[in-house]
Amino acid sequence: MDLAFNAEERAFEKEVREFIAANLTPEMKRATALTPSVFSDPDIGMAWQRALHRKGWGAPGWPVEYGGPDWTPAQRWIFETECARAGVPNVNVMGVKMVGPVIIGFGSPEQKNFYLPRILSGEDYWCQGYSEPGSGSDLASLKTRAVRDGDDYIINGTKIWTTHAHHANRMFALVRTNETERQQDGISFILIDMKSPGITTRPILTIGGDHEVNQVFFDDVRVPVANRVGEEGKGWTYGKYLLEFERGSGIASAKLRDALKTVSSLAESDLTGRAIDDPDIAMRMSEIEVDIDALEMTELRVLSALQTGQNPGAVSSLLKLRVSEIRQAVTRLGVDVIGNDGLYVEPMRPLYRLNEAPGIPEEMLPVVPEYLNGRAYTIFGGSSEIQRDIVAKMVLGL
Amino acid sequence: MDLTLSDEQRLLRESADRFVSETYTADHRRKVANDPLGFSADIWKQFADLGWLALPIAEAHGGLGGGAVEVGILMEAFGRGLVSEPYLSTVVIGVSLISECGTEAQKRALLPDIADGSLYLAFAHSERQARFDLADIRTTAKKTSDGWQLDGHKTAVLDGNAANQIIVSARVDDGSGKPGKLCLFLMPKGARGLALRDFPRLGGGRACNLELSGVQLLADALLGNGNDALPAIEAVIDRAMAALSAEAVGIMQTLLDQTLEYTKIRKQFGRPLSANQVIRHRLADMAMQCDEARSMALRAALMADAEPIARSRAASGAKAKIGKCARFVAEQSVQLHGAMGVTEELDIGSYFKRLLAFDTLFGGSAHHYRRHAALGGRAVQA
Repeated sequence: MDLAFNAEERAFEKEVREFIAANLTPEMKRATALTPSVFSDPDIGMAWQRALHRKGWGAPGWPVEYGGPDWTPAQRWIFETECARAGVPNVNVMGVKMVGPVIIGFGSPEQKNFYLPRILSGEDYWCQGYSEPGSGSDLASLKTRAVRDGDDYIINGTKIWTTHAHHANRMFALVRTNETERQQDGISFILIDMKSPGITTRPILTIGGDHEVNQVFFDDVRVPVANRVGEEGKGWTYGKYLLEFERGSGIASAKLRDALKTVSSLAESDLTGRAIDDPDIAMRMSEIEVDIDALEMTELRVLSALQTGQNPGAVSSLLKLRVSEIRQAVTRLGVDVIGNDGLYVEPMRPLYRLNEAPGIPEEMLPVVPEYLNGRAYTIFGGSSEIQRDIVAKMVLGL
Repeated sequence: MDLTLSDEQRLLRESADRFVSETYTADHRRKVANDPLGFSADIWKQFADLGWLALPIAEAHGGLGGGAVEVGILMEAFGRGLVSEPYLSTVVIGVSLISECGTEAQKRALLPDIADGSLYLAFAHSERQARFDLADIRTTAKKTSDGWQLDGHKTAVLDGNAANQIIVSARVDDGSGKPGKLCLFLMPKGARGLALRDFPRLGGGRACNLELSGVQLLADALLGNGNDALPAIEAVIDRAMAALSAEAVGIMQTLLDQTLEYTKIRKQFGRPLSANQVIRHRLADMAMQCDEARSMALRAALMADAEPIARSRAASGAKAKIGKCARFVAEQSVQLHGAMGVTEELDIGSYFKRLLAFDTLFGGSAHHYRRHAALGGRAVQA
């Protein structure tokens, strides 16, 4: 057993650092630091995606034949860690990390040829059509209907909490193609062009002041049957496959460590009257740091298992629970660290386009919005309550 | 980077798991609980035969040269069986103190006796006024014409009654009136002037308090050459905490397994307890905390030879976090067993008490979060 990386991995780490140094502009870095929501706006995120694509690193998790870089789990770890340390933009995960693996796993050759290169290059921007007003945790009860009409489906219904639907030109959605006894069996996975007639998008502002999510309405929207992924009625299987990716087979500890470092720098600064000298703040900082250490070790244990071809087990729900809770603890600490400056509200978005100097130090601007936005971490992708149900069933066999 | 077990490590784990599950039955535990020694000398001999007593001893001194990870593998198995043999005192702490501080002659004389099972050791360091401050030692060692005279008191000396030799820490009194260097002395258990008050220890095994009144030791009782031993003591206690962390993981996992089983079998309102969401979520939280504890224990072991600040932060981080998780898992295990959980008729209570002792030993959660913060340059004054 060894925590240290070998010579090849060290060389790769150097290559990643050099790539970031050469491609991450100060504007991208500042915009990322000033983005309180989960995803960077497309101008920032896609600029980074294009840089990654030029290097051949556009889709770290994909098989090499579809343009993946063929990294070992350790290389993916190094890449994610270095990106988090440097503060690179969040790319559109709905494309690379969500719909991409589903198309690779279950899509037709035509779908692979058409969509995958456009995800890699950043030409397409995807959103996810899962939740509906009446179907949150009970996702399988979804009602948006797709009715066969010749070579098309005609779609009617609505999707909600659709992140970046207002930026996206494509949506992958779960729709009901059949009324079946077991509701999961009547669901299909379909790819929708957001420019199709009959689609309207309503913005939903969240408590942090961000326009990140939307409600999308479908009114007799025609979608070719050729846009269905895999078999009719198998959408639930594909959708769950994707959710496991969403819940973090990923690597989150590095980003959390970076977020804690930002809070810690503020706490050590005279701008906060050195909040770190408050023993309560200091202790909480240590508690969170230790929680991140534990998470990091769990991620490394999973990685090691993958590296040697072992099955790491049903840990994605455990990881999702911890990541979301730690994220909330970090952002909560941030609010306490900035004290009175947390009362300042800046309505302008994006924050990095602010034309005049704000009334508080710039680096404090995202702190309260991040905390408010962060309340969603224990809700999206399956709420913490649902995750505990999954742990009880899948990990404990109850 | 590789956190999977090597073939040797896997074999060690398998043999430890097998030995512990075959040997440490509830009957066995009841028997040793009433034994004045607190453990079985026969089993200790088997530990020697299995090579476990030689595990962390350097190959140059006839040992197997194992590290903190290998010790952790054993300790986790020991936790599952609530092993009460003095492995921590003799092998983890004793071997480390001798290896870190002893002269070459002392290593040659003592380490083989540990490996073959004939030498039991204990470490007498904590004092009442110090709480968990490793540097706060008032026991004194005065140079005499032919050796040393020790005076003072020690508390919570683990496995002292079984030890042939007790390693005592004391400040050298050079007559200047200022606190002197912290040094370690090998004291035979039968030394004149030593009063030893032995008692059964919370969670199994035994411990004692010592009064040292003019204890006379020969000159060669000094372990090493008289350098200040505090840095070595800190390193050794960090190592001991890593080992205890692994043991705690074994205990927590056993509690989780038994509680899981119980909630599946126990029926109320016509269905198993585990059919209730509130119970399922509690068990999910317990599982999560067991997993976090496992990660932290492994981390502390892997960092046991890192530079001092990183090593101590890893050890304190593990001790703090696992202490918190252990209390949660232990208390919820009793809670979910209902009234049966608070009886001596089930094993749950024994595991519970061992975890309570774990959280206390070498300082509880709050102490170690403070140490972690202080070592990271953060404010810690209360």
